[in-house]
Parts: sequence; C-alpha cells; structure tokens
Amino acid sequence: MSGGLLYAFTGASLVALGLYALIVYAHLLRKILAFNVMGSGVFLVLVGLAQRAGAADPVPQAMVLTGIVVAVSATALALALMRRLFTDSGATTLDETD
Amino acid sequence: MTAPALRTSALLRIVTRVAVTLLAVALATAMLDLPSPTTSLAQIVQQHLGDSGVRHPVTAVLLNFRAYDTLLEIAVLLLAVLGGLALRLAAGDSPMPAAASASPVLAGLVHLLVPLIVLLAGYLLWAGAHRPGGAFQAGAVLAAAGVLLRLAGRWTPLLPPSALARGGLLIGFIVFLTVALSALLTGGVLLEYPRTWASELILLIEAVLSVSIGLMLLSLFSGATTPGRR
Repeated sequence: MSGGLLYAFTGASLVALGLYALIVYAHLLRKILAFNVMGSGVFLVLVGLAQRAGAADPVPQAMVLTGIVVAVSATALALALMRRLFTDSGATTLDETD
Repeated sequence: MTAPALRTSALLRIVTRVAVTLLAVALATAMLDLPSPTTSLAQIVQQHLGDSGVRHPVTAVLLNFRAYDTLLEIAVLLLAVLGGLALRLAAGDSPMPAAASASPVLAGLVHLLVPLIVLLAGYLLWAGAHRPGGAFQAGAVLAAAGVLLRLAGRWTPLLPPSALARGGLLIGFIVFLTVALSALLTGGVLLEYPRTWASELILLIEAVLSVSIGLMLLSLFSGATTPGRR
C-alpha cells in the first residue's frame, strides 16, 4: 500500500468521524468543528489519491490550497453567525425546544 | 463540556456510529478499486510550465492554468468578509478598546516580530514563482502580523473599516478581475495572459492578492474577538 493511499484512508476516516460528530452533537461550535474535520478529510483524500502512484500532482494540491482558504473564511463566517445567534437569543444550538 | 442535554439519544448515537463506520469502509473500498488515471495532469502541467510565466507547478496551476478557481475563491472570501462585517456592524458592536498591554515582554516581542513577519511575507510572495510560497501564504503571514498587533492591543483594525482598509480588502479582487476581463476585451479568452507579460502580471496579481487576503483574514479575525458581553 502506497503512502498516498494511506493518506486517503486517513482522510476517509476523518470524514466519517466528522460526520458522526456533526450528527450527534447539538452545540453549534462542535458542529462547526466537525464540519472542518470533514473538510480536512476531503482535502486529504484529494491530495492522497492523486499521489498514490508516487509523484505529487500539483493540480489537486492547488485546489486544496484554494479549498483551505475558502474553508477558513467559511468557518469565520459561521462563527460570526453563531456569535450573533448567541448574542441575540442566548442559544448555542438550533434546537427549537430550548 | 458535554452536558447531557447537548447530546442526542443513545440509540441515535449507536446507529450513527455504525453508519459512519460503514461509510468509512465503503469509501476506503472505493478508493482501492479506483482505476489508475489514463492521463497524468502532473505531466501536462510540467509540459506547459514554460508557458505559464512561473517555474513552480502549484503556482502555475493557481495563477494561470486554473486561475478561474482562484478568482472565484477571492470572490468567496470577499463575500465572507462582507457577511462578517455586516453581522458585526448591524449588532452595533463597538471595537474592543485597545487594552494597553501591561506586559513589556509582549510589547517588545511585537516590536521585534512584526517587521520580520512583513519581510517574511515579502519573501514568500517572491518565492512563489519558483518554489512553495505565493499569495496565500504571504497573505496568511501578513494576517498573523495583524493578529499579533491586535492581541497586543496596539491596533484595533477594520471595525468599521476605514476607506483605505476597504480599498485594501477590494483591491485584490478588482485587479485580478481587471486582468481577467482585459484578456477578454482584447480578443482572447477570460484569464488568458499575454504570453510575454505572464510573469509580471502574475507577480502583480499575487502582490495585491497578498495584501487583500491578509486584510480579509484579519478582518474575519477581528470581527470575532470581542467577547459576547450581554
């Protein structure tokens, strides 16, 4: 098994772990973190699969670089939205029974 | 902190656990079964690297071969910043008063580090043409300098952004879009750089992108730091 494939498997595990946390935890901060873990898993899959034959491939690397920056900004926006929700209503979850 | 109320029922947890394990196994199996690609993108990039105006393949992909992605990425970043600012300004939050830092060590460290960080960002920007580096790395490093200044209480930036800061946030996207569209207007296709100018145009775009990305990341950071006093 090549190193690249190992990265891709790790990425798949991260996607599964992130999805689990996204479903199970109600707290929004945890959901945002879980979503980030899933995203990192996808990046690992992209980069890992592309280099499973050996040499690194610059195209997926550039795409992941783009993806990381977008993920950071989306996370920041999500945190700002969450903070606004907390300031306005005191809620930290989207649970309507609260 | 895992307060019981914040977690879902035990049954759902077990079902989810089984489901995500199956998902991971399915993903891994699919990866093992993947046929090897018949065309190597890496080779294509290598063949055309001479035409791109830079000598590092990742930068060539980012700023030339797939520059469309990068252009849209800056647009997305800009939207996120606008969203963050809108949320922040609508809440009537005033920026945290710059707490005069009591620690002389922190102040001294900031004095030493910030010029070095700016120098490093310039190097990363320049190095992007022939080795790992480029606008994103330089922008992230610049943003780190801003965060450091913010944490040391030296600077309360971007809340609300001054006209100059607004220009800085926008300039990366505007210059990039201008270059992209001018190719279209002169009879080429979108984002097709004139071959003799490719190096200079890429450097220009990367330079303004670094400033914009740095300011954007900093704006996202400083939009979220004031603790929610209620």
